[in-house]
Amino acid sequence: MATDTLASDSQPREGQIAALLRRNERLQLGLLLFPGLFWLVTFFALPLVVVVLYSFATNGPGGRIEWTFTLNNYRTLFTESLYVNAYWRSIWAGVWTTLACLILGYPLAYYIIRRPPRWRTILLFLILIPFWTNFLVRTYAWMLILSNNGIINSAIQALGLSRIALYPSEGAVLVGLIYGSLPFMVLPIYASLARFDFTLMEAAADLGANQVQAFLRVMLPLTMPGVAAGSVLVFIPTVGQFVVSDLLGGAKVDYLGNLLQRLFTRSNPPNWPLGSAMAIVFMIVLTVAIIIYFRVTTEEDR
Amino acid sequence: MVDIQLPQSVRVAGGERRYSPGSLALGAHAILTLAFLYAPIVVLVLFSFTRDSFGVRWTGFTFDWYIRLLADQRLLTAAMNTLIVAFVSTVVSTIIGTMTALAMERYRFRWRTGLDALLYLPIVIPEIVMALALLAFFAFSFGLLETLFGIRLQFGLATVTISHIAFTISFVVVVVRASLKGFDMRLEEAAQDLGANEWQTFRYITLPLIMPGVIGGALLAFTLSLDDFVITFFTTGSGVSLLPVEVYGQVKRAITPKINAISTLMLLVSITLVFLSQFVQRREV
Repeated sequence: MATDTLASDSQPREGQIAALLRRNERLQLGLLLFPGLFWLVTFFALPLVVVVLYSFATNGPGGRIEWTFTLNNYRTLFTESLYVNAYWRSIWAGVWTTLACLILGYPLAYYIIRRPPRWRTILLFLILIPFWTNFLVRTYAWMLILSNNGIINSAIQALGLSRIALYPSEGAVLVGLIYGSLPFMVLPIYASLARFDFTLMEAAADLGANQVQAFLRVMLPLTMPGVAAGSVLVFIPTVGQFVVSDLLGGAKVDYLGNLLQRLFTRSNPPNWPLGSAMAIVFMIVLTVAIIIYFRVTTEEDR
Repeated sequence: MVDIQLPQSVRVAGGERRYSPGSLALGAHAILTLAFLYAPIVVLVLFSFTRDSFGVRWTGFTFDWYIRLLADQRLLTAAMNTLIVAFVSTVVSTIIGTMTALAMERYRFRWRTGLDALLYLPIVIPEIVMALALLAFFAFSFGLLETLFGIRLQFGLATVTISHIAFTISFVVVVVRASLKGFDMRLEEAAQDLGANEWQTFRYITLPLIMPGVIGGALLAFTLSLDDFVITFFTTGSGVSLLPVEVYGQVKRAITPKINAISTLMLLVSITLVFLSQFVQRREV
């Protein structure tokens, strides 16, 4: 805290600065905006530019980057089956995870919104806890459950059957992905349903629609923004993840994220130019997929 | 939280349908889905107290693994690093984020929509792309600094903190902007009419009113930073270790009850933070 003398000393100068600030709105705006703009440009936009640069560079011996322009990185991505397959596998994993979360999440969100307010708060809170909880820890928990001596296999043994290798497997990866993303689907749908006027369902019934028709023609289109937001929140992280497939897939099959991680950090030697090209193509594919998705989902409104 | 007041007729209709097969199925589905969400968490907590040295079966109660955590210097150092990074990045990104939110809500300027996009991009971009971009950027600029000026810089806590600030600013901006949306501007005008200067108006009127949003944003930033694995993994370098990266390394080797214990503690911190954020939001309404 400033002492009295200090405060009175700086008073006239502060007054001048304040007067200057009051007169000049552009200066106010500039001062408020500068730190955020500086940080995001330097540590977000510029890094993306560096990735674009790297994607056209050549990978020298031992992973040293040589600045000779080449398109070979992109060519490799589209010709070598390792990379092509990783793209497809990740996209399919994203599609299945999104669908599963939608099928599990929509009825759950609907159930929650129809409870009395007290219950609604409690149930919503139960969805929020996993939403805020460490993704790594939640994935790890599945390793415990699915492990060879874990509870599922113990239960199977107790029934007199022989153990099954539940993990590492692609099925385990899918379970882990759905588990990790489910809250991200439930919350936006819940928010959409909270704005939905449920008397419309009655109106639809009065006009002769059965429950399925009323849902498909009235409720679903009107809660589509929530479905779309939830789908994007599930799809993007799922396609790019590498933790779940590394831990529950045992790094046996390569997803996009695993290849990216290896090209940048692990493989001997690393190949940053190829990894950069892979990331750029990934972003382009993702952008196109999301644009198509929004076109399709919002078309029904028109 | 939004409270929807349903008309009486709907309630009655809902009441009549309460025991129909459809609503029973809906209830069963909700219970099963919640069980799916919570079974792993329960198992994890339970097995942090098991005597089984593989940590996957129940063979009796012990508190041993928690005591052993205290002796694990690596984990303790990693936990300390995580807290330092989370604390510093939360303070910085909350201040910067609040300033940015004020600028975006209060002023009209030419590049506003473009800046909007720049602000939302870190939220929607796949985390791994941002992580490897930061890695590439730091390596690139470190190389440049060394060849041009002979300055040698290395990856470490600073690079992680800078990166965490970069990805949490946007979340703070979103939360603070939401609390600025319902703001009654006349309160500020009244304060200025009564002779308050710009700073006094901000300090005694604006800030207290948007405080729930600022605290909410800070809590979100803190949680995101504590829990972040991907960006941390790519930007730490080899010298230092943070908790999620350390846990990941140990998990890759083997499942141990000690990891169950540290994971349970991480879970406890998350749950505390949700309670806090809900509490703040409740007071806002």
